[in-house]
Amino acid sequence: MVGLAVATALWSGVQALNSQARQSYDQAARLVGEAGAPAIVSAQGAFVRQDHYVALRRAGFKVSPVLEGAVRIGGAAYRLVGIEPLTRPGGAVLTGLENASDLEAFLRAPGQTLAAPQTLADLGAAAGARIKTDQGALLPPAVVQDTVAPGLLVVDIGVAQSLLARPRQISRLVAASDAALDPDALAAVAGDAFRIETPEETGDLARLTDSFHLNLTAFGLLAFIVGLFIVHASIGLAFEQRLGTVRTLRASGVSLKTLIATLMTEVVAIALVAGAIGMVCGYAIAAVLLPDVASSLRGVYGADVGRTLVLEPRWWVSGLGMAVAGALVASVASLTKVARMPVVALGRPLAWREAHEAMLRRQGAVALLSLVGALGAFVFGQGLVAGFVVIAGVLLGAALLLPLGLAVLLRLGEGLSEGALARWFWADTRRQLSGLSLALMALLLALAANIGVGTMVEGFRKTFTGWLDERLNSEIYFTAADAAAGRRVASWIEAQPDVTAVLPVWRTETRIGAWPVDIYGLRDHATYRDHFSLLAESADAWDRVHDGAGALVSEQLAQRLSLGVGGEIEIPTEAGGWTVPVVGVFADYGNPKGQVRVDVDRLVRHWPDARRTHYSVRTAPEAATDLIGRMRAEFGDALAQVSDQAALKSMSLRIFERTFTVTSALNTLTLIVSGIALFASLLTLADMRVAQLAPVWALGVPRRRLADLEVGKVLVLAAMTATLAVPLGLLLAWCLVAIVNVQAFGWRLPFHVFPLQWATVLLLALVTAFVAAMLPVLRLARTAPADLLKVFANER
Amino acid sequence: MSVRAKTSWRAVLGALSAVVAGGAAWAAGGGGFAGLGEEAAGFAEVVPGRRFSFPADLGAHPDYRIEWWYVTANLKDAAGEDYGVQWTLFRQALEPGPQREGWASQHVWMGHAAVTSRETHRFAEVVARGGIGQAGVTAEPFAAWIDDWSFASDGASGDVLGSSALTATGKDFSYALTLKSARAMVLQGDGGYSVKSDHGQASYYYSQPFFTVDGTLTIDGRAIDVTGRAWMDREWSSQPLAPGQKGWDWFSLHLPDGEKLMLFQLRSDTDAPFYAGTWIGADGAATPLARDDIALEPVGTHTVAGRRVPVEWSVEIKSRGLRIATAPLNPESWMGTSFAYWEGPVRFTGTHTGEGYLEMTGY
Repeated sequence: MVGLAVATALWSGVQALNSQARQSYDQAARLVGEAGAPAIVSAQGAFVRQDHYVALRRAGFKVSPVLEGAVRIGGAAYRLVGIEPLTRPGGAVLTGLENASDLEAFLRAPGQTLAAPQTLADLGAAAGARIKTDQGALLPPAVVQDTVAPGLLVVDIGVAQSLLARPRQISRLVAASDAALDPDALAAVAGDAFRIETPEETGDLARLTDSFHLNLTAFGLLAFIVGLFIVHASIGLAFEQRLGTVRTLRASGVSLKTLIATLMTEVVAIALVAGAIGMVCGYAIAAVLLPDVASSLRGVYGADVGRTLVLEPRWWVSGLGMAVAGALVASVASLTKVARMPVVALGRPLAWREAHEAMLRRQGAVALLSLVGALGAFVFGQGLVAGFVVIAGVLLGAALLLPLGLAVLLRLGEGLSEGALARWFWADTRRQLSGLSLALMALLLALAANIGVGTMVEGFRKTFTGWLDERLNSEIYFTAADAAAGRRVASWIEAQPDVTAVLPVWRTETRIGAWPVDIYGLRDHATYRDHFSLLAESADAWDRVHDGAGALVSEQLAQRLSLGVGGEIEIPTEAGGWTVPVVGVFADYGNPKGQVRVDVDRLVRHWPDARRTHYSVRTAPEAATDLIGRMRAEFGDALAQVSDQAALKSMSLRIFERTFTVTSALNTLTLIVSGIALFASLLTLADMRVAQLAPVWALGVPRRRLADLEVGKVLVLAAMTATLAVPLGLLLAWCLVAIVNVQAFGWRLPFHVFPLQWATVLLLALVTAFVAAMLPVLRLARTAPADLLKVFANER
Repeated sequence: MSVRAKTSWRAVLGALSAVVAGGAAWAAGGGGFAGLGEEAAGFAEVVPGRRFSFPADLGAHPDYRIEWWYVTANLKDAAGEDYGVQWTLFRQALEPGPQREGWASQHVWMGHAAVTSRETHRFAEVVARGGIGQAGVTAEPFAAWIDDWSFASDGASGDVLGSSALTATGKDFSYALTLKSARAMVLQGDGGYSVKSDHGQASYYYSQPFFTVDGTLTIDGRAIDVTGRAWMDREWSSQPLAPGQKGWDWFSLHLPDGEKLMLFQLRSDTDAPFYAGTWIGADGAATPLARDDIALEPVGTHTVAGRRVPVEWSVEIKSRGLRIATAPLNPESWMGTSFAYWEGPVRFTGTHTGEGYLEMTGY
């Protein structure tokens, strides 16, 4: 029951996280328009002019304005979204302005701030309160609105323009998903001022975050399977204990059918109870992890996920379903045995264990099959799923081979030891293998996962920190409201003391194949030559980029296009394709889009419309804060955004830390589950072991010593398992960084090993085993001599 | 007419709500609708004796709560088939006070457009905020617009509304018509002061019933050249409704020999129906009709959109010896807009024969 509860808890916890995240994506997508709807954005600047919006409406385009920006409240940034409820595609229903009085209140001064309950809770604001921004502006009275995605504050577009100091400016115009936005008709209204943004480009959050959720699901499934090992063990115990009863019942004429049906009903009932408990625990797990998951998703993908779990009936049903199905699967073996066993044989304890040898052989065959499957998936497979098949195959194969491996090791130990007690120790440990093998497999999987994921996380942290240091090399980053403002700000900054360079980071978007790719233009500068390291490069890479005769491509893009240094990339431009040699490949961790970096003059030549609003500034680090202050004072509105390096870096690091908090928490939980599996198995065995231990006790070994030996056996098994888990874990880590990561994100991590981690895992395994062994062994130590004597007295 | 007043207010609110079914809102009508009476404070009041001035009064009167520009047309194609066209622009002020610029503007605009034939009735609705230019009305040169719908002087005539273009586009229909008239505006009620109830509710109301029309309708991509005549109503008010008034039946009829007839009844839960009307001579001279001079009787109903609507009427104006029976061109002329109502072309026979438009709300 505990096992099933724990297994269900982990599974349902992960599912709760996933469904919460999906729900939040849906909300976010619906907020600004219908999911998958196209939008019109400014071709060059950051904003669409309001008079262009009016011109489009008057030309018959059914578009609705949205203005987005950040407001700081209590030191934290919140996304402020200004909408126009009357024209929004999909109607007012989406923000919950369903009835006339609500809508009127939203439109009438002072308006309303719609926010999710949890957002208001974060802000410590009651409904009706007017939240004050750090700049001293008052938001309209707050209104709780469940349909608003968490972290967002929704106000009327007019209110947003005033709060964000963007009079008559609009971030984008959203259209209904079925709207036909004819580019020629658009051009007739406002020339080339617009660009149509397709839904893929705005980033289908669900698709982008798929791999993240696949990871979570894989973890949940792993936990569930480990949990089923436990269930299997405990059901085995239960049947073992009741064989006598079963025999009596059968002998007194109860039909096999009735008996099986009764047993199954019992299993289902227990599964339901355990499942329900598990669901509650799963909810708790999800609730604890949710903030971390939410910040990871927000940071990595810009996806907002609610901070409060909302449970759907479907979640309950699927969780309980998994619990029942799992319990039935786990009890199939025992039930089949009950069904097949002759009535008389039922009375013979451990009768079913006689098949152990045969089972081991079958297990070995399945293990081989798994490994072959894994190899096959590795050689022939494509995509993320194949990656997971490789991992699953390797793990399953390794787990199934574990008893064989341990048996070999134990035989070795037996051969090396001297003295009767020592030989008995080894032989009896081997005998115990059959009963403990499932639990040990669970332990192996948990430990391997621990090492594998730990290796990946540590490796990623190391790589990512280094990469951030390298990439965020300028002291200040700013975005101007439009190209002209950008030029003004740039020339003003150049004239400031301490400033050594103002580097344009102009860019444009295009598509190579179906994949969105950002093209960045950069100016040759020592900053890049010194700090921008390349994964692969030709000898004179930077010179060739500077001459316009070369491009640097991101690792993801190179991987997707099977490109390498020396190859050529054809980039579509408005005037046709531009073919340019690839002179370097750079790491671009975490970017879902492709990236190409070329000389800024080339960029402007090929894309006259490129957005010329982003710049980075090199200055003395200690002068940065002061310079930012002066920039804000001097340019105000003309600056869309200014950040300093330290802020960007700490934000990025924080995001990734929290991503991995989730992973390591799940990891730890898996380990705990395997500990419980071990515990359950030992408990199952403890009763049966009396028969084996009694003769040894009778030969004069004190109970205390026997107990020590029992613990020793478990520790030996755990230590061996842990040792075997290390290579398996490393293999898993390799699969994660070299297969799954590449497939899921397009970038490959350097493979680092962390031996200290292994020691930790070994220790963890021993502690887990020790704790798990304690209770059964204590029981053994306290077993009354009379009970031990009974072994010789009665049928046991 | 106050009838219209109620339409406008309800319709705007309805558009905002997107879920209000017309009838449901009326059910609560006992206490007067949405506190219109009380909340009139701060808006300009409708008082008798106003002097109208054109073209200025073609424009908006933002100090009043509600206002509309309402055009209906009875048209025929080359084969003699009948069509009807509706084009309406509503303005609604959400609150009184100084006019605010930009998004802060307190005005909300809504357009309704429809094309009706014997076989089909197509309609569309658009809503827009005031203050940013997406919708609005200017008096000189005259232009009323919301999104790509427009009713605007085309400059081809020096007369007030001498020549103007009327356009609207829905998903499955569109029209582009030219409206011409050299006639003066006709003031309804007492010199443009139109009383709506015995409790003093009133609106300013004038009409241009003498437009001639030609142009093109497009239904499902098929262009149809049409000619005919059109009627424009202009009305604005701040407090047009009496408690208990729950809907109205309103007629604009083209009589033989260039005469016109406007009449309506406001149905009430608490009072007898309130009748009003104007007999307009071929020369444009307007004579208000006495209340007991008008007899309106529903004689045939049709179920449309789940409601029983009296689409056939018997109309009698005793003093003028008029006794006619009206029948709809298409009984399915249901405006399934956010505030739903029936509006469509009608024909009539009896002592007089002709055509016109009928609007019915609150069913």
